[in-house]
Amino acid sequence: MSAPRVGIIGIGQSAFKPRRDDASYPDLVREAVNLALSEASLDLDAIEAIVYSLSPDAMVGIGNAERLGVDAVGGRNKRFLRINTGGATGISSVAAAYYHVAAGACDVVMTAGADKVGECGDSQTVLNKIWDPIYERPLPQGTITMLAMSGIRYADKYGMTQEDMANVVVKNRKHASLNPNAHLRKEVTVEEVMASRYISWPIKLMDCCPQSSGGGAMILASERYIKENRLDAVWITGVGHCSETYYIGDRMGTGYTADHADAYALRNSFERAYRMAGVTDPQRQVDVAELYAPFSNTEYHSIEAAGLAGLGESVAQVNEGRFSIGGEIPVNPSGGTLCTNAIAVTAMIRVAEVALQVSGRAGGHQVKGAKLGIASGNGGDHQFFGTMVVEA
Amino acid sequence: MELLKRQENWNITYTHALGEIASWFFVQIRDNAKIYGRRCAKSGRVLVPPRAFSDQTLEPTTEWVEVGPGGKIETFTIVYEPFHNLPEPPYAFGFVQLDGADTAIGGFFKGVDLADPAKAAEKLAVGTRVEAKFAEKRIGDLTDFWFEIV
Repeated sequence: MSAPRVGIIGIGQSAFKPRRDDASYPDLVREAVNLALSEASLDLDAIEAIVYSLSPDAMVGIGNAERLGVDAVGGRNKRFLRINTGGATGISSVAAAYYHVAAGACDVVMTAGADKVGECGDSQTVLNKIWDPIYERPLPQGTITMLAMSGIRYADKYGMTQEDMANVVVKNRKHASLNPNAHLRKEVTVEEVMASRYISWPIKLMDCCPQSSGGGAMILASERYIKENRLDAVWITGVGHCSETYYIGDRMGTGYTADHADAYALRNSFERAYRMAGVTDPQRQVDVAELYAPFSNTEYHSIEAAGLAGLGESVAQVNEGRFSIGGEIPVNPSGGTLCTNAIAVTAMIRVAEVALQVSGRAGGHQVKGAKLGIASGNGGDHQFFGTMVVEA
Repeated sequence: MELLKRQENWNITYTHALGEIASWFFVQIRDNAKIYGRRCAKSGRVLVPPRAFSDQTLEPTTEWVEVGPGGKIETFTIVYEPFHNLPEPPYAFGFVQLDGADTAIGGFFKGVDLADPAKAAEKLAVGTRVEAKFAEKRIGDLTDFWFEIV
């Protein structure tokens, strides 16, 4: 089956910061919406449907905050729905916008959202609440501990060291220093990362993403609309999603289908997106990747799940510079989730950044000649992997 | 200009029903200090903690199987940072495959000096043998037991 082409015609993103005391939550959504509309030279009347990108309500401290955001996105009299797939929310929202257009229901759809993680007293307290209250929540489980435990198994399986983890931080901070929209833009050394305090062994402070505030918006349109209005666009040519089973403890022991060390379902999700886009050899065909990795160690299993390196082989290749700007396949040239995490829109920004890259508009962190890019988002404890292929 | 803020605190109490399977499991822990899993008849795998159906075959589980108290560490972490409404650090917890189980169950690791992170992590390495220890006063909760290195 050949899928109809859906184009990206507008992108808006905030300059992400630790706090935005100058803007209320809907103000921040509106900021990104205005940037995307202005880039697309459209007004709100042209938008037929809104996909609202919003992860757990408790992060912004407003129940069903999509209600509060409805005016900021001009939702009145329009199709309007909210997507929440945890950390994958942003890419799931782009996918939902894509499906509106691909299904022929609409010609022009906007997805938008914002987050103010810095206003939350403790995001790990909120994220502790995503666990099963019966078997898991009696333990102080959080997203940091969940991925620290993935890192422990990855290190045990493939020999990753904490210096290897630090190398990912050094790479991404260097990339972020070139991106004016990134939150953490100060370059760091391996020694500085190693000297930062332990949060959850083996993860240290500098191995962690920040708590960012800012908004994101993207406008998608049908090929017919783009051609009729002679608009510039890049194209979403592959979309994939895949889930793993629920319990962490089922991804270890004996006879498991997926190891908690790896990102098995992310690999399946990428394979689905690649098949749809006709990508048969990602290492040759992919020019740039924005992979959701909120902690340094998780970039390794994400690179491998994307098929950009064999299992356990990404560590040596990051060290050799293969995934740095100037290397063969730059990964997270924007600095990635490790340098900016406004959770509700983080995975949307992965798609937006790849779209900017393949259209040659990424500015200081542009990957030269990029024509085909990939993006991913991870939500929950491996329940919501989303992936996309974006082409010029 | 002067920018103002307003503080809010969510404090909501939930009473979660455990259902038949988890209730039976926690009663055995509370009354007999024994840990049980559920066997999937189709695959033969023993799921600990027990579930009413298998995540792999999606078939109902059919049989209670006693597991442990010995087992091996499958993964762990040691938390050194305080988080609101979570325990005071440092603490170590992770997942253990109990003898007779195919999956791993979460629990705290106790009896390990956590002052030196690297030394503590070495003691908790993947594959290390541990044993479940039970609290004298048990309430029917996951924290009625913890793991100690054998």
